[in-house]
Amino acid sequence: MSATGESLELGSAVPLSQQGPAPTRVVAGFGFWLFLLSDIILFAVLFAGYAVLSGATAEGPTGAELFDKRHVFLETACLLASSATCGFGTLAVLRTDSRAMFFWMFTTFVLGALFLSMEAKEFASMVAAGAGPSHSAFLSAFFALVGTHGLHVSLGLVWLVIMLLQVATLGFQPMVARRFFCFGLFWHALDIVWIGVFTIVYLGAH
Amino acid sequence: MQSQSPAQGHAPGINPHGADHHARSYLVGLGYAIVLTLASFWAASTPLVYGPAVPVLLGVLAIAQMGVHLAFFLHISSAPDQTNNFLALIFGLFVTGLVVFGSLAIMSHLNHAMVSMDQLMKMQR
Repeated sequence: MSATGESLELGSAVPLSQQGPAPTRVVAGFGFWLFLLSDIILFAVLFAGYAVLSGATAEGPTGAELFDKRHVFLETACLLASSATCGFGTLAVLRTDSRAMFFWMFTTFVLGALFLSMEAKEFASMVAAGAGPSHSAFLSAFFALVGTHGLHVSLGLVWLVIMLLQVATLGFQPMVARRFFCFGLFWHALDIVWIGVFTIVYLGAH
Repeated sequence: MQSQSPAQGHAPGINPHGADHHARSYLVGLGYAIVLTLASFWAASTPLVYGPAVPVLLGVLAIAQMGVHLAFFLHISSAPDQTNNFLALIFGLFVTGLVVFGSLAIMSHLNHAMVSMDQLMKMQR
C-alpha cells in the first residue's frame, strides 16, 4: 500500500503521543468495527449451537432432505452482488456523486430485498411442510441462526432507506458520509456471515 | 470530508488514496468471491471429490472467501497504520474459535460419556 511509507515518515516527525486525538471518521469507523466483531461473536455462538444440534432431528426431516441448493445459490448470488454494488455506492459517497450513489444504493436495496423474499419463501414452505422451529432441536438451531442473519439484513435495509433519506435532505455532510461508511461495513460483514451459513448449513447438510 | 493524518491509522472500509484504486479492489474482490462461491457449490455436488474430503474442501474455500471479503471489501490489512483494526480482528477470531471449537469439543465429549438409553432403562429396573 502506498500509504505505508508516508505514514512512517510522518510518524517519525511527530511522535504518536503528540499527534492529538484521531479524526472522528477514524474513531467512528474503529468503534463500528468493534461492534461488528461483537456481532460476529454473536453469530459464532449461534453457529456453535447449530453445529452441536444439527444431528438432533428427532426423527424429523434432515437438512439434506429440506434444503434446495439451487435456491441457496440464487440467495448467495443476490447477497454477493449487493455487497459489490454497496461498495460502488460507498465510492460514490466518497466522490459526493449523488446520482451514482442513488443508483448503486437502490440496486443494493433491491438485491437485499430479493434475498429476504427468497428466504421468507423458504421459511414459509418449511413451516407449511411441518418443519417449523418447534419440530426438532436441529430446526430450532437452523431458524435461530438463519433467522438472526435475515433479521440483520432486514435492519440493514431499514438503515439504508434512512441513509438515502438523510442524503436527500441533509446532503453529503461529514456526519452523513460517516454513517454511510458504517452501513457499508455492516453490509459487507453480513455477507461474510452468509458465507459461513451457506457453507455450514446448506452445503454441509448431511 | 475530513482529512486525516495517516499515522493515526485509518478506519476499516475506507481507503483514503483515490477512488480508482478502490473500484478496482471491489472488482477484483468480486471476481475472487464469484470463483470461490462457484467452487464451493461445485464441490458440494460433484462426485469427483472423495466424499470425506468434501467438508475439508468446503471449509478451506469458505475461509479463503472470508479472507477475500475482509481484504477487498472491508479493506482490513496488517499494514502499520491499521494495527488497531487488525488486533481487534485477531481478538474477534480468537473468541470465535474458542466458542465454536470449545462447544463442539465439550458436547462431543459429553455425548461420548453419556449413559445410553438402554442401560438407563436397565438401571431403573
